[in-house]
Amino acid sequence: MDINWHDLFIVGNPLILGSQIAILLSVIGIVALLTYLKRWKWLWREWLTTVDHKKIGIMYILAGVLMFFRGGVDGLMMKAQTSRPEMNFLDAQHYNEVFTTHGVIMILFAAMPLLIGIMNYVIPLQIGARDVAFPQLNALSFWLFFSGAMLFNISFVIGGSPDAGWAAYFPLAGKEFTPGIGNNYYAVAIQIAGIGTLISGINFIVTILKMRAKGMTLMKMPMFTWTSFIASVIIVSAFPIFTVALALMTLDRIFGTHFFTLSGGGMDMMWVNLFWLWGHPEVYIVVLPAFGMFSEVIATFSRKMLFGYKSMVFSVVGIALLSMLVWVHHFFTMGAGPAVNSVFSITTMMIAIPTGVKMFNWLFTMRKGRIEFSTAMLWALAFIPCFLIGGITGVMLAMSAADYQYHNTLFLVAHFHYTLIPGVVFAVFAGLYYWWPKMFGHMLNEKLGKIHFWLFTIGFNVTFMPMFFLGLDGAVRRSYTYSAESGFAPLFLVSAIGAVILALGFATFCYNIYWSARYADRNISNDPWNARTLEWATASPAPFYNFAKVPEVKTLDAFWYMKKHNEGLTLSDDEIKEIHMPSNSGLPFYMGIIFGITGFLLVFEWKLAALVAAVGIIIGLIIRSFDYNDGFHVTVDEIKETEKSWRSSDGKGVKNHVG
Amino acid sequence: MEKHKNGFPVTHVLGFIMSLVLTFGALGVALKTSLPFTTIIWIIGSLAIIQAALQLYMFMHMNEGEDGTANTINVISGFLVAVVAVAGSIWVMSFGM
Ligand code: HEM
Ligand SMILES: [Cu+2]
Repeated sequence: MDINWHDLFIVGNPLILGSQIAILLSVIGIVALLTYLKRWKWLWREWLTTVDHKKIGIMYILAGVLMFFRGGVDGLMMKAQTSRPEMNFLDAQHYNEVFTTHGVIMILFAAMPLLIGIMNYVIPLQIGARDVAFPQLNALSFWLFFSGAMLFNISFVIGGSPDAGWAAYFPLAGKEFTPGIGNNYYAVAIQIAGIGTLISGINFIVTILKMRAKGMTLMKMPMFTWTSFIASVIIVSAFPIFTVALALMTLDRIFGTHFFTLSGGGMDMMWVNLFWLWGHPEVYIVVLPAFGMFSEVIATFSRKMLFGYKSMVFSVVGIALLSMLVWVHHFFTMGAGPAVNSVFSITTMMIAIPTGVKMFNWLFTMRKGRIEFSTAMLWALAFIPCFLIGGITGVMLAMSAADYQYHNTLFLVAHFHYTLIPGVVFAVFAGLYYWWPKMFGHMLNEKLGKIHFWLFTIGFNVTFMPMFFLGLDGAVRRSYTYSAESGFAPLFLVSAIGAVILALGFATFCYNIYWSARYADRNISNDPWNARTLEWATASPAPFYNFAKVPEVKTLDAFWYMKKHNEGLTLSDDEIKEIHMPSNSGLPFYMGIIFGITGFLLVFEWKLAALVAAVGIIIGLIIRSFDYNDGFHVTVDEIKETEKSWRSSDGKGVKNHVG
Repeated sequence: MEKHKNGFPVTHVLGFIMSLVLTFGALGVALKTSLPFTTIIWIIGSLAIIQAALQLYMFMHMNEGEDGTANTINVISGFLVAVVAVAGSIWVMSFGM
């Protein structure tokens, strides 16, 4: 247990010193502000101990936006470094760290929480449930994710960041070639967050299977619920593989085993194999809920039922099956031979079929619809051509022989940004603009929204389109610089300018959140978009018990049906019954902290101390198993009071006002 | 399902102890004996399968067949994932041999 204390805090780099100071100041600022406003108790009661799926969802989204900012700054730093040949902004080592943390943070700590956050808020409401199946477990999921994310994020100021790429390929990621502790952060922090994600997956599967409102058969579920359900199934199938792989990596790095090392009979490529056995399904885990959001948005703003609902469901299931069968396309160049490579080429191309089906369904949904160009709809419209570019270049990459040419170039980087940004980030923006009124009782400003939209989509294309051509010209990925003679300079510069426009777009979004929180009209109804699914049948923001009376579902687009037939929209006093709700608990928060501490000690290879801290985890589990708290009942009077604040007094319709 | 009791969870504790025994047994065979390589692989492979079965019954409520179809679907999908991950990995990592 000898640790070089000089290594603990990274010193000597002005950028990092600046961040250290900024972090310190913001922590002091937040603590001071909370104390000044006397908000500690409020924070504890309303947020840290909450088991309400809506608040957990909002915390996920907040964390996701913050992490998107962090990952975005990483992206901008890389774009600045490569904007001119032979730039001296980041050195090679620093560039390695930055693309590694960028990749991990964007996928695991930005895309995932943004999607799981929206799922958390929306799914129970969409299926007419009062919470998820296991509310306290849901809080545990969040705190484990948060703990893992924070652990990963402090790496760059304490101990050093991982630097072996977001896929952490062995043998480079092993102790032999990367002796520092940076990659321990990768192994441990992702593990902790991953446990949280796995638990979320289980929770959503049970919620969707067991807690739907009366009458909502599987084939009457909203599309977002369907895609989230299938994404959860993939989570449960694929994440355990990553759990095992990361555990083996931890054993290799911290306890001296030889699973993936070059010496001692290890098999370095086995890591790559296991990583992508999880990694490819993972991209479908993030893209499927996003597809579901686009489906809701497109149906709502075309004023039409989703075209080809059944074929949508079948293609989602098909995508899920195929997603487990394509992983080798990430390492065709390992050279596993013509049989292996051809099989995986074909399975990969086959995924284009169900995806294409979905594309046409969206287009046909819009056909002859009365399209309303709201900001949410604009994101969905821009998604289609942009994602198409990502998809077509994906089919190019799927040809294993051709991949030997594209592999490891910026062509690939452009490809996956063309799938992940339209497929996930556009979707999250669409979802946020669409569900914001449901979450907060006011809309995001549409005018700012449109500025945000145009800056972001234009910036996105200007940033990544040149990278296709750079890649075809031979520019390799993960390279911190290039020479003037290479001729890459003009396209790199265009790309860097695009990144600035992109950043301005994101800044507009942040400003929009602020502006709307302060000035937006609170006089919106529970259903400002004239939408189709059940989440719009209750108040905005939804009361903590979600529905005073759970609606009965007769058809697809249940709320639309209720509105058209004027059924079930009113609430009479004798329909109100006591509601049973789960109690808050501090245990998930405690578990997050103790996991974080244990993880931190493990990262620094202080094994004994980590073991002692791990006892705290066991204690948490024991406390939980003796917890017989069965929740509490909301009284009829309280429900009446809440419902009266948004329903009009004669019991018909709603007031145009939210509490 | 049984009624909710606050009694001592005998099967769980038993399952837990047996899992530990099987795991450390495998570790012992692999690290502390000098049997031939193939024998070791066969022994620890069998121990793994026994343990998987044990856990399915002791912890995963396999025998509480309240919802038959759901159980069947779960077992089939779990089996598929296992086949893809194990057989797939062997096939790929042996370069298609
Ligand atoms: C917001 C604007 C973004 C910018 C400017 C950006 C820029 C970049 C750049 C310059 C690279 C490295 C290229 C190289 O190899 O040298 C990169 C890699 C990567 N990006 Fe992004 N990116 C952005 C958003 C995203 C998002 C939203 C995701 C995922 C959801 C993402 C995932 C990745 C991944 C996985 C890598 C590979 C990291 C590695 O090589 O290990 N990026 N990005
Ligand atoms: Cu893939």
